[in-house]
Amino acid sequence: MNPSLLPLGDLSRALDRGEARPSAVLEECLSRTARLDGKVHAFLRLTEAQARAAARASDERRARKEPLSPLDGVPVGLKDLFCQEGVETTAGSRILEGYHPPYDATVVRKLREAGAVLVGKLNMDEFAMGSSTENSAYGPTRNPWDLERTPGGSSGGSAAAVAARFVPGTLGTDTGGSIRQPAALVGCVGMKPTYGRVSRYGVVAFASSLDQVGPFAQDVRGVALLLRAIAGRDPNDQTSSLRPVPDYDADLEKPVRGLTIGVPKEYFGEGLDPAVEKSVRMGIAALEREGCAVKAISLPNSPHAIATYYLVATAEASSNLARYDGIRYGQRAPARGSLLDLYEKTRAAGFGAEVKRRILLGTYALSAGYYDAYYLRAQKVRALIRRDFDQAFAAGVDAVVSPTSPWAAFRLGEKVDDPLAMYLNDIYTVPVNLAGLPGISVPSGFTQAGLPIGMQLIGRPFEEGTLLRLARAAERALALPRRLPPLLERT
Amino acid sequence: MSIHDWEPVIGLEVHAQLLTRSKIFCSCSTAFGAPPNSLVCPVCLGLPGALPALNRSAVEMAIKAGKAFGSAIAERSIWARKNYFYPDLPKGYQISQYELPICKGGAVPVPQPDGSVRKVALTRIHLEEDAGKNVHGAAGSQVDLNRSGVPLIEIVGEPELRSAEEASEYLKALRLSLMYLGINDGNLEEGSFRCDANVSVRRKGTQKLGTRVELKNINSFRFVRQAIEHEIERQIAAYERGEKVVQETRLFDNEKGETRPMRTKEEANDYRYFPEPDLPPLVVSREWVAKVQVPKLPHERQAELVAANVPAADARTLTADARLVELHARIVEAAGPEAARRAANVVTGEVARLVNEGALDLSSPRFQPAQIAEVFRLQDAGTLSSTAAKDVLAEVLRTGKPPAQIVQEKGLSQVSDESALEAVVDAVIARSSAEVEKYKSGKKNLLGFFVGQAMKDLKGKGNPGVLNTLFKKRLE
Repeated sequence: MNPSLLPLGDLSRALDRGEARPSAVLEECLSRTARLDGKVHAFLRLTEAQARAAARASDERRARKEPLSPLDGVPVGLKDLFCQEGVETTAGSRILEGYHPPYDATVVRKLREAGAVLVGKLNMDEFAMGSSTENSAYGPTRNPWDLERTPGGSSGGSAAAVAARFVPGTLGTDTGGSIRQPAALVGCVGMKPTYGRVSRYGVVAFASSLDQVGPFAQDVRGVALLLRAIAGRDPNDQTSSLRPVPDYDADLEKPVRGLTIGVPKEYFGEGLDPAVEKSVRMGIAALEREGCAVKAISLPNSPHAIATYYLVATAEASSNLARYDGIRYGQRAPARGSLLDLYEKTRAAGFGAEVKRRILLGTYALSAGYYDAYYLRAQKVRALIRRDFDQAFAAGVDAVVSPTSPWAAFRLGEKVDDPLAMYLNDIYTVPVNLAGLPGISVPSGFTQAGLPIGMQLIGRPFEEGTLLRLARAAERALALPRRLPPLLERT
Repeated sequence: MSIHDWEPVIGLEVHAQLLTRSKIFCSCSTAFGAPPNSLVCPVCLGLPGALPALNRSAVEMAIKAGKAFGSAIAERSIWARKNYFYPDLPKGYQISQYELPICKGGAVPVPQPDGSVRKVALTRIHLEEDAGKNVHGAAGSQVDLNRSGVPLIEIVGEPELRSAEEASEYLKALRLSLMYLGINDGNLEEGSFRCDANVSVRRKGTQKLGTRVELKNINSFRFVRQAIEHEIERQIAAYERGEKVVQETRLFDNEKGETRPMRTKEEANDYRYFPEPDLPPLVVSREWVAKVQVPKLPHERQAELVAANVPAADARTLTADARLVELHARIVEAAGPEAARRAANVVTGEVARLVNEGALDLSSPRFQPAQIAEVFRLQDAGTLSSTAAKDVLAEVLRTGKPPAQIVQEKGLSQVSDESALEAVVDAVIARSSAEVEKYKSGKKNLLGFFVGQAMKDLKGKGNPGVLNTLFKKRLE
């Protein structure tokens, strides 16, 4: 098989064994991207020259057979939210068009140090606000399984690039489901680590107390390798954890016999597509076959998660996005009047509709006289949502299982005019961000129409290792056929 | 009704820059006067993706202030974002503390002219970052972000002050205290010590506070008095005309000596404070608080000086300047506690004069306080006469040369050796037979004449005490 089509974990082994050469893999990836990305629009820009230089350097290291990171020579794409020195970084927004950061995000530096080949920047909903990439100022990304449909969002470009085999691995961010939901909709693995597991330094902020960086790959092992490379304490991010980072890959194949899976009734209720439910139930059955105990549980406060999220996240966003004022960097609207006029015109022209909606909502939630009723109350509900999970874990549940998204990929344009329907995409993923827990989406099957479906596993804080083991067990037990998206089969 | 029927109520808020070497949330330098935007990084420029990382030494200085003023120091305080738009505020919010500040309560000791100490209560002290500076010029408005992220403490006083004079006294005492603590340079002109005043007036005898007006942009002690006085008069005049005072923020115009409106309550910013999600709560352990050393405050030093026999006036002069009191302490350290009075005399006299004339830089490494102690020692040992000691001291302050070297170069050493003086004594007695007779017959006050003759021969370098003894011995 063409090594550039291999899942990241397998590619890493092939590179270790000398069966693949980084430069050759990169050229395959670049030529596939050149051939097909006109249809998918996963990338906003490629950094081909830098990537080729990095791949050549890796060729030499690999040829010397030095002990290397498993990512050495692996092509990786970055959501356009990660600052990369000298490479335009827009966060999917018009307001940052032409902005070239003078520094690398910590995760970008760590990937470089691991020898990964950084290929380019991937499309996303503007400032990570959305669930379909339709909020990108640079046009939507399309789902490689059906070009009329969305790959999800906000990390839609990161998900689509992996599904279309443009690159074996990518990084995204997840504030309310922005890694897990697109991973589910394109049929790959995507993980949101525990809040604090991965540094946020150099990652354009949406909602600081919820944002977390995480990986995409076709396989669980690929996600494990990427996570190990990017996780860990960063003195530049004081919310990052001091806990040591385990070798996730080493324990990946360990049996899951004896682990208990909690199935929360609130996550299998009204609004869930029966095809998705059926697929996730099959995933649960597969884990049972692997020796897991299955237990019915309740997370009674989770139904309040969407309302809570849209107060906390928008409040933080209204403040985080204040810096885009046209004064120091990014786009400035021509204005001849007052300072206020400059701010208003710049922000009116620079931000898209959804971003404006959220800034307004968040500003309102923090305003004098409304703070207690909205922001403070939301924080209290947030604590209750976390407590539900804590109680389930204390009662012996090792991981909670649920659908990742209530439905498979929907048509572009289908929900774009109905924000509330769009927000429901994240009904099962948002509680995990509010609780600060790790979550992973792993493919569980396909709809009759051939669209991928994902299953979500939610773990104890910093138990990414357990989640990856369970996800790997599901992957192994389900043994889904290695299908390629029709887009690739045609060529 | 007259001005005497009204009682002013004044509360001051002071922003003091902390003397840390680096900024509060990044490692950029806090130096003043560097070329615009040369001391900046992604964090203090507020670039997308940058995050704050706390500088512990700023926290330590806030603890020091809190301990010195007797505030309660919170084991857990919370960072908050204060949101507003302005070009010198690169993130669109200032990281500050709001609901849970690091220090609560406490009081600033304000020495009174009668020697007593008044305690002016504090509401709180909190930590925050400074903004940059807008520079308006012919080329338009520009922003310098060197100051962005410099650590500040905001010291909020209770509205206990009743006149512009009291406000000025309080500010002076607070400024001096912060300088004693080594956490602020007290420089009003460079803006490292800034003051806002909340002023209202009420009928004497009433309890309810009047409408409060906030005065901003007061950057000297003279202007503090002027601004507050003007504002008190303006408010009283308004009430006496039957008008209302509007709650607003007014700017002090130091050229016209008056305040003018900046914004009213309706136009006031809603800062939308909320807990800063990029920083964990600030945890200050009891052990940390215990470890922070707090130098003595001016009124404590003053009491100590008086107890050490320094005249009260000198003690006041010394403690009014942190540098002088420190210099005095170092001289006494070298010369011993009994030198306190003499050292105070030198420091408040010759030293203070030279410092004021700009002829002496106390921070220069050339200047060694121990050399002043050495001059005292030479005088006490009889090597220097009091006149010669003055000359040597002046030379030490002017040149920084060691006193021994000056004595040698100028030939100022006093002759105290009896064997060296005996010959002169003999010569004086030999040529003054008439006076010797008179002395022996009872005119004892002629001793001065003999010593004077000997000093003349010795060109003033003889030790008068030793000469006295020698003449007495010889003539009796």
